[in-house]
Amino acid sequence: MSHAAHGPNWPARVAIALASLVALTVSVALAVTIGEMRIPFDTALRALGNGLFSLDFPVSAIQQGVIFDYRLSRALMAGLCGGALALSGAILQALLRNPLAEPYVLGISAGASTGAVAVLILGIGIGGMALTVSAGAFIGSCAALAVVALLATGAGGASDRVILAGVATSQLFNAATATIVTTMASAEQARGVMFWLLGNFGGVRWPDLWIAAPVAFIGFGICMLHAKALDAFAFGVDAAASLGVAVTRVKVVLFATTAVMTAVMVSIVGTVGFVGLIIPHAARFLVGSGHARLLPACLVVGAIFMILADILSRVLVPQQILPIGVVTALFGAPVFALILYRARRPA
Amino acid sequence: MTLATREVRWGAAGKMIVDGVTLQATPGRVLGLIGPNGSGKSSLLRLLCRLRNVASGVVTLDERDIAVVPRRELARRLAFVEQQATTEIQLSVCDVVRLGRTPHRAALASWNGADEAAVNEALARVGLTERHDQLWHTLSGGERQRVHIARALAQEPSELILDEPTNHLDIQHQLSILGLVRRLGITCIMALHDLNLAAMFCDEIALLHEGRLQAAGTPDEVLTAEAIQRIFGVAVAIGTGASGRRHIEYLIEAERRQP
Repeated sequence: MSHAAHGPNWPARVAIALASLVALTVSVALAVTIGEMRIPFDTALRALGNGLFSLDFPVSAIQQGVIFDYRLSRALMAGLCGGALALSGAILQALLRNPLAEPYVLGISAGASTGAVAVLILGIGIGGMALTVSAGAFIGSCAALAVVALLATGAGGASDRVILAGVATSQLFNAATATIVTTMASAEQARGVMFWLLGNFGGVRWPDLWIAAPVAFIGFGICMLHAKALDAFAFGVDAAASLGVAVTRVKVVLFATTAVMTAVMVSIVGTVGFVGLIIPHAARFLVGSGHARLLPACLVVGAIFMILADILSRVLVPQQILPIGVVTALFGAPVFALILYRARRPA
Repeated sequence: MTLATREVRWGAAGKMIVDGVTLQATPGRVLGLIGPNGSGKSSLLRLLCRLRNVASGVVTLDERDIAVVPRRELARRLAFVEQQATTEIQLSVCDVVRLGRTPHRAALASWNGADEAAVNEALARVGLTERHDQLWHTLSGGERQRVHIARALAQEPSELILDEPTNHLDIQHQLSILGLVRRLGITCIMALHDLNLAAMFCDEIALLHEGRLQAAGTPDEVLTAEAIQRIFGVAVAIGTGASGRRHIEYLIEAERRQP
């Protein structure tokens, strides 16, 4: 980081914000035009105009539906999901001081899917009230977080133990999910759940966005308010506390925020692994490790990555859609290996 | 007035680690905490800056109970340097020192001139101005400890607490770190392992054993052959070093038998 870069350099900030917006728009435009049904770019633009501003361009009803109700909502959802998961990864990596931490690796996604599946298939409710799938996922993700915390503390509390605790937690909750699916679900339900578990943007419609967008943006705001506190965690919990950070409060607020963001995304699109792992590292490479820049970078880069990954999932195998989790794992697993390899080197 | 403790107790897993310590620092002087391993030095230091909460007793800063001082306000008065804190995050020297400004900045405040000045001054005081942009991972142990002290100084504290700042450093760096601490001119409380270094660099010494304060006073008062024999279990001969300070010579079995 250079010297001058620390003042509020407004022209540079505006330029970066504009560039991010352009990159996001281009990604969404690509996502809207690429697909099974070939739709020319100008038709796509007209359909967007019709949908967004109630204009009246002549577009066939099928094309209008595919562009606006199917592809646009799907692309925006992919963006929100990627941004929120990347943000969660950055937060977990900072708080747990472990470069491999992210919702999927720590089993938080697995917990969320157990919660979601329990609500979907068993129809579990509280006090006679039916739970929504998102609420079930949230309870599941909190439970997973609690199990990880318990296991990691029990294993000595060192920051490397948390990954092992995450592996155990993932296994535990995946087993619970499998048990529910195999014993309680009908064959049709089981097929649907298994497809959803690997991550699937296919079922996304506009109402999903009205939940996902506020969660992602409010979550981002809460994280940004804690950017300086997150920086202070670089040398550990005691160092952060001695710098005046209310460690317990910050941890509770931020763990809860990541749990909510992960839960909502999982309940809508299923478990999508490794996004929270790759993106924060890529973003650190681009903007450095100060969280005031890292968090916005995670949001934007995560969104773009996920939109592109979704496009890839639709074109990689002709006539078929790969689960999004498969595509992200394709990139994520090698990056995980690379980080593991680098971490072995003595500092 | 500065930091003081009254009848402070703290334990973990059913064991008393700090057991009724009453101690007072003198403004602007260096207070050394010595004692065998497990005597409660590090724990006492953590109680002093409220990284742990006392089980009973009270820690006061200017006669005010630190338990009621907001964490951020406390961090503007007290700075803490750990034994060997490190990180896996890619940070430059100035990034680390900048962390010291955390308690002075509101959540969304941008970096200002006062912050920059405090960082540059802190780096100058530890003699690392030229290393401003060097990466943390490329520094030696002694340099890292200097950066931590600079980070602490950027907090602009009136009290600095150091937990064995010279651990694992070679003798040259031990001397230079302790010389630096002595020259700071603020109230310092530090745990030290080496009795001779404690005698050389501390104005006052507190001797801890099994969580209890055994003696407190000037090095001459505290570092007696009798106390060292009793608490550390080693025989010593006390002399005067070239600096005029107390010098402790450890006697091994063979020498004791043939005086």
